[in-house]
Amino acid sequence: MKASPFQYHRPQTREELGAMLAHLENAKILAGGQSLMPMMNLRVIAPDHLIDINRIPDLAGIRETTEGIEIGAMTRQADVLASPVVRSRLPLLARALEHVGHIQTRARGTIGGSCCHLDPSAEQPAVCATLDAEFIVSGPDRRRIIPAGEWFEGLLQSALGDQEFLEALRFKPWGKGHGHGFAEYARRHGDFAIAGGAALLEADKNGRISRAALLSFGVESAPRRLPDAEASLIGRPIDGIDLEPAVAAARALDAMADVQVTADYRRHLAGVLIRRALEEARTTLERRS
Amino acid sequence: MSGRFFGTAITRVEDARLLAGKGHYVDDIELPGMLHAAFVRASFAHGRIRTIDVSDALAMPGMAAIYTMADFADIAQGPMPPMAPHPLLKTPITYHPLADTEVRHVGEAIAIVLADTRAHAEDAAAAVTLDVEHLPAVSDAVLAREASSPKAHSEHPSNIVATMAAGFGDCAAVFAKAHHVLTEHFDIHRGGCHAMECRGVVANIDLLSDALTISTSSQSPYMVRRHLATYLKRDENDIRVMTPDVGGGFGPKANVYAEEFAVALAAIKSRRPVKWIEDRQEHFVATTQQRGQVWTLDVAFDNDGRMRAIRGHCIHDNGAYAPYGLILPATALASFPGPYALEALDLSVDVVLTNLVPTSPVRGACRPNVAFLLERLADRVARHLGMDRQEVRRRSFVRAEQMPYATGMKARDGSPISYDSGDYVAALNLVLDKIDAAGFEARRAEAKKRGKLRGLGIASCVEDTGLGPFEGASVRVTPAGKVIIATGASSQGQGHRTAFAQIAADALGVELEDVTVEAADTAKFPLGISTIGSRIAVTAGSSVQLAAHKVRAKAIAFASHQLEVGEHDLELEGGAVRVKGIREMKVKLSEIARVLAGNTGMTLPNDMEPDLAATAYFNSNALTFAYGANACEVEVDPDTGDIRVDRYVVVHDCGNLINPLIVDGQIRGGIVHGIGNALFERMIYDEEGQPLTTTYGDYFLPLASEMPRIEVHHMETPSPRNPIGVKGAGEGGTIPAAACVISAVEDALGPKGPFIPLHPISSQHVVQWLAAIDP
Amino acid sequence: MTERSVTFTLNGERREANADPRMHLGDFLRHSLGLTGTHIGCEHGACGACTVIVDGAPVRSCLMLAVQIDGCTVETVESLGKPGELSPLQQAFATNHGLQCGFCTPGMLMTLEAFLRVTPAPSEQDVRIAISGNICRCTGYQGIVQAALDTASARANQS
Repeated sequence: MKASPFQYHRPQTREELGAMLAHLENAKILAGGQSLMPMMNLRVIAPDHLIDINRIPDLAGIRETTEGIEIGAMTRQADVLASPVVRSRLPLLARALEHVGHIQTRARGTIGGSCCHLDPSAEQPAVCATLDAEFIVSGPDRRRIIPAGEWFEGLLQSALGDQEFLEALRFKPWGKGHGHGFAEYARRHGDFAIAGGAALLEADKNGRISRAALLSFGVESAPRRLPDAEASLIGRPIDGIDLEPAVAAARALDAMADVQVTADYRRHLAGVLIRRALEEARTTLERRS
Repeated sequence: MSGRFFGTAITRVEDARLLAGKGHYVDDIELPGMLHAAFVRASFAHGRIRTIDVSDALAMPGMAAIYTMADFADIAQGPMPPMAPHPLLKTPITYHPLADTEVRHVGEAIAIVLADTRAHAEDAAAAVTLDVEHLPAVSDAVLAREASSPKAHSEHPSNIVATMAAGFGDCAAVFAKAHHVLTEHFDIHRGGCHAMECRGVVANIDLLSDALTISTSSQSPYMVRRHLATYLKRDENDIRVMTPDVGGGFGPKANVYAEEFAVALAAIKSRRPVKWIEDRQEHFVATTQQRGQVWTLDVAFDNDGRMRAIRGHCIHDNGAYAPYGLILPATALASFPGPYALEALDLSVDVVLTNLVPTSPVRGACRPNVAFLLERLADRVARHLGMDRQEVRRRSFVRAEQMPYATGMKARDGSPISYDSGDYVAALNLVLDKIDAAGFEARRAEAKKRGKLRGLGIASCVEDTGLGPFEGASVRVTPAGKVIIATGASSQGQGHRTAFAQIAADALGVELEDVTVEAADTAKFPLGISTIGSRIAVTAGSSVQLAAHKVRAKAIAFASHQLEVGEHDLELEGGAVRVKGIREMKVKLSEIARVLAGNTGMTLPNDMEPDLAATAYFNSNALTFAYGANACEVEVDPDTGDIRVDRYVVVHDCGNLINPLIVDGQIRGGIVHGIGNALFERMIYDEEGQPLTTTYGDYFLPLASEMPRIEVHHMETPSPRNPIGVKGAGEGGTIPAAACVISAVEDALGPKGPFIPLHPISSQHVVQWLAAIDP
Repeated sequence: MTERSVTFTLNGERREANADPRMHLGDFLRHSLGLTGTHIGCEHGACGACTVIVDGAPVRSCLMLAVQIDGCTVETVESLGKPGELSPLQQAFATNHGLQCGFCTPGMLMTLEAFLRVTPAPSEQDVRIAISGNICRCTGYQGIVQAALDTASARANQS
């Protein structure tokens, strides 16, 4: 199918983009297009205006700053995956990106686009939530930082205001040698995950867990941290952690049902996958001798 | 059959062009003044159209015209002619080219919109408003069969379109004396076509001669011509139908479609060329599919595992129309008893209308359904008796020494079906050997150490191929020494051109590059039937053989006269007829062709007929039976329920192989299609007949990442029923594949696991089943 | 809708053309530029038949707008090999019977062309994952996978 008619705009600067967002009604930002264009070609959405931000300089790029690693919203997923900085400092993100779509998708798709579109089973928003990323947002008057905990407002709904756009994501990497684990299940490679889990662990010099992040995604309409299960890991010896609270917490989520799977199965998978993610985090956690 | 080329794995002559991006598919056709069409399609499953308002739509940019059925009244009226009349279908149930008043499935075409671009046509189509009286719809065939169900066609008192039956022997007696009787219920779902190229039609009327030319991505160009000629009350000679390169057919492109008629009518009415290219959304709702059959079967068997008789009943989802008659359910019945030597059979099928897009054959037609039923029953018998699954087959199969074996069934034309040749037990034994079934338990144990459940599955099948009546071919040598083959047989990727070139090159002693094939153009060859049912190698291939040998005989006769040498001393090689042992003593084929093409004032030698050419039609009046045995291994992840097909081995006998590369490709592609049916493809509708899986995000085709390597071993028992000894190979991969995979999953779940009587199955099923075994 | 001028490099040649912003790149290549080798299979970014290479990366041309290739380098299936001579990858497809109807083939070729440039020694599983965004209904994939592996190992032997 062909997309419905629209006006095409190509701002060259952030200011132009801001002005367009302020004045154009029923407008959509075109970033990588891997989620937007299918919906437009299927006539599921019909924006009157399409704002192509691919030419705005400096919206892409991976920068190490004193406040963390900043990844520009327009950074292509393929570039995030290939980045040595990401692989060494944000290994969870690299792990997750292996599951994102296919070669063609990652060539054009952007990390920012995925984090604004917020498909419940999307890997990148899930990793952002696990890493407590900060969303750097620009609007007509100001820039603001939205913490991950406040970014997810509902199904396919981010905290972006009408006239705002996502500039960058900022990650505070976990310590050197931290444990990271990622698991998702889909029937075919690159499919939307039916469910997934992510886990991060840090240990102190006594070999006890000092920090934990556990997350289930694809289960509820937004990714969910499992704070009680995280708390239950603190202070436990690395090889003595109990996986069951995480599994139970994942299984207790208010899982979605759809035409393909039941909520029960999704909950079951959530438990299986958080277990796998946590086991992988434990295995990758460097032991200090 | 042997020769330089027959039987060799030559790379295809089709490939260079296709690899270079120089294929010519229907959407590549551009004609001056061409209009692009989009259809207004029903978004509801059942209703009567009160009014159609096109006024807003007509005012939109780029618009040329919008037509409904009423607008064609001066050209033609009424429902389309039936493709496959059947005595049980007293009144054919076919579409009108555009919906008449009552619409009976989501996706049915209501109006055709013509504009300067497809995008503009779609914009206008979206602006057409309909006033519809909604009628109740039924989407489940089992419900539709009940008298209380909504009627898919408001004027039909019942949704049961026909009840078909088949069988032989005395079932009551055999069941009465059998040691065991079991009953099982089966739920078989097959999916859609999903050729990577959707359908498409370009129609053009010559403004001077009024001749109509159609290019269509079809498996049946001659049927399109015939039925369009009937409908338009034109001579077939005034209609030319061609198929360009076709990007896959798989069955559904064999139908004659409403859109083909609507586009032709639009071209006639508008006096402009009209192109319509189906998009994938339309493919999901307007191209025929297979969907569901629900079977209840009783099997009678003995303590030694010998299956003796089967009886039962099927409810068959026909969809809202029967453009292909009753061929699909008929094929289900006719595919019994498969490889099994049954004493009695008693089956009936209720063909039921639903408010969904019609069903018609998809790769294998209902043969995969029947293979699934028979193979599941055999596994069930084994499970009940605590026997090896293979033993049940060995006891129950038709034996090689029984060939030719009259099964007891009758073909479409009423003649008795008899298997010509084959050794089903040998095929099964060979596949078990090749997959190293003996070593399987060790592999199962090793998988268990990795936390996986490994299973071995088997499935056998027999496939009727070479369906009649005929195809034809002409072979001509040109004065330049080139060989031109013309045939009505259409191709959708099967490598026919290469196969035919191999046959002709062998017969005439030329190189493959010297042979050109012109196919599926009604202006270039007078008659054709359809590329379906694995029939073209048998019919068209044999025709090429016969025609080429007539040309060969003529060339030899000419040379014999010219060289004054006995015919038995001559052979064809290197583009010439040569004396055996004295190569240089020759007459070139090009020279013979030139002479036989005549010249002013020249008499043809020896009273020979002009033209170094011949035409032949091979009339296949007896089916020839390919068969095979498959074995596969799967691994199940007990936590996620994931099912991975890890190994797949095929033993297949399709008689002589014209080109092993091509045959292996057909088998592998067919198996992957069958794995798709087993584990992935499900077309889901809601109770109101709304399709819920209409993108590739919801409907899952098998991808490279999940498919195994497929090992193919051939047994070649030449068919005695045609001059080249071949049997069809296009569907033999798909037919047993789903049964094989399901058998393997069942084996993986173990004896405490369920008997699996359905497909597709999913990881969710597996988790539920495992939970039931071990809560 | 007003057309926009786009300037780009297409199969090694600098080109300038006008594009309707509404038109996707696949349609633009096929109908505006007459390069019909790229095929449209689904228009919703799943089948991969429309894959071309833009600035070195394989992309789904149905999900890019034609106007977005301004300043880009575009390669389509027509750029492979030389006139009258198939590239080694194309030849490997023929040898391994990696195509039947040919419709998915240009997309497969361009995905593999881009992939093999950056992954010169892939395993079979690497190849299968690389083409998991390209659907074939005819071949069962084995011939395609083998063609890619043969091409990679032939290149490795040459260097």
